[in-house]
Amino acid sequence: MIHAVLDPFVEFAFMRRALVGCLAISMTAPPIGVFLMLRRMSLMGDAMGHAILPGAAIGYLLAGLSLFAMSLGGFAAGLAVALAAGLVARSRVIREDASLAGFYLISLALGVFLVSVHGTNVDLLHVLFGSVLALNDAALLLVASIATVSLVTLAVIYRPLVLECFDPYYLRSVSHWSSPTHLIFLVLVVLNLVAGFQALGTLMAVGIMLLPAVGARFWADNAGGMIAVAIVAALLSSFAGLLISYHYNVPTGPTVILACGAFYLFSMLAGRRGGALWGLMPAKHLEA
Amino acid sequence: MSAPAISFHNLTLGYDRHPAVHHITGEVAQGALLAVVGSNGAGKSTLLKAIVGELKPLSGRLDLHGNGKHDIAYLPQVVDIDRGFPISVFDCVAMGLWHETGASGGLDPSCDARVAEALETVSLTGLAARPVGALSGGQFQRVLFARLLLQDAKIILLDEPFRAVDARTIADLIRLIGQWQGEGRTVIAVLHDIELVRRYFPETLLLARDVLAWGETPSVLTPVNLDRSRRFDEAFDDHAAVCHTDEARETA
Repeated sequence: MIHAVLDPFVEFAFMRRALVGCLAISMTAPPIGVFLMLRRMSLMGDAMGHAILPGAAIGYLLAGLSLFAMSLGGFAAGLAVALAAGLVARSRVIREDASLAGFYLISLALGVFLVSVHGTNVDLLHVLFGSVLALNDAALLLVASIATVSLVTLAVIYRPLVLECFDPYYLRSVSHWSSPTHLIFLVLVVLNLVAGFQALGTLMAVGIMLLPAVGARFWADNAGGMIAVAIVAALLSSFAGLLISYHYNVPTGPTVILACGAFYLFSMLAGRRGGALWGLMPAKHLEA
Repeated sequence: MSAPAISFHNLTLGYDRHPAVHHITGEVAQGALLAVVGSNGAGKSTLLKAIVGELKPLSGRLDLHGNGKHDIAYLPQVVDIDRGFPISVFDCVAMGLWHETGASGGLDPSCDARVAEALETVSLTGLAARPVGALSGGQFQRVLFARLLLQDAKIILLDEPFRAVDARTIADLIRLIGQWQGEGRTVIAVLHDIELVRRYFPETLLLARDVLAWGETPSVLTPVNLDRSRRFDEAFDDHAAVCHTDEARETA
């Protein structure tokens, strides 16, 4: 048993790299996901995942399969879409979801256009689904740097961010933090998607960001508790996903996300805060 | 009369060039307890929004006499608060200390004590650890009052603060408002309950886009004035002509 768990990582450097990469992402993406969920922007993660595509594609077409070029391109494209959508929404004519939908669809179409004109569909799959088993030193360093920067930034903007989600008018009435907090948060979302796309691909990156976060809501009733639960769930899912994919020879990225999905389904059933199974066993009500 | 806290100089406020508050001029004295009364669409909330700076004037000027963001506490009518957000009553009220803690300052024990005291003032001590989503509408309104209490502002703006609040709570909150005035704070409240205004508010501003009357409550809330207020037509006229009051005043 202990051999089945440890041997793959002891024997193979690529498994150790994959583990380090996934653990780094598991530390940083789930807290971002918790705030996306609390801001009712869960689907924004998905939209942003698409928005990154043209940048990554341009990077790929210019420099080949260079992770650095693709990351830089993806970051630039994602940031452009997020900021444009955020600024348009600040004008309060249309809501953020609508303005984001507009920009990310343009971006996605552009990405597919670029890849189709210059490459084949196999290339597109490579961009979309990543390659966790092929992380090199540079990619690991990039992922780890992004994780560090976003955790520190999140700690600095934590209070305004909670308030921006909970009561944005109040935040605006007492301070000038509202707009900067929102924009910094969007930058963090993009950064984390870029980090995730190194290892898991653009689509999978959204999974590790949101599934642990959504599941965590069933276990904790404050933002800090949710973040802790989500990080632990993501760490365990990454570990389990890598092992399963190694032993059964199945694709790694999807397996990690499916492990996160299993956590979400389990939470929905068994979570202490509103899990379905607890509803089947009603406890007697209290006196007051 | 003491120094003014807020002055309106021929101030016109509105949306898309249509005035919602038309040519208001006057002063709110420091320590005043002013009720703003009028029909729906008479410009009451608009006036408060302009004071907090959410709305830029169409024309005229608003003078806050050096009072900044930290000196004004505002309880809006439509609170865009996510009641499903996982946050405890205590933490929510503690946000009222923002002007002291800022974005990253810690809460020391004396802050904790003040939050507890504010909760006691609005009789919510027992609910401090509950999530805000578990509160009733009236209880939540009291949470917002407790937060307002901690903001410790010189000017307090309340937009229909007694919605969904029972009689006992209204009495509690009125006592709180009286206490604020006793401490020299300026309180402006938008209210619909005329009896309440008569009993507790020494000064009243009656709005119907234009100022119908402004002064001591008994002289403002006369049957004649109230009748004029009720006949106010709130609809904007899409073909309204450009207002020339200002030019007329300047040439006169």
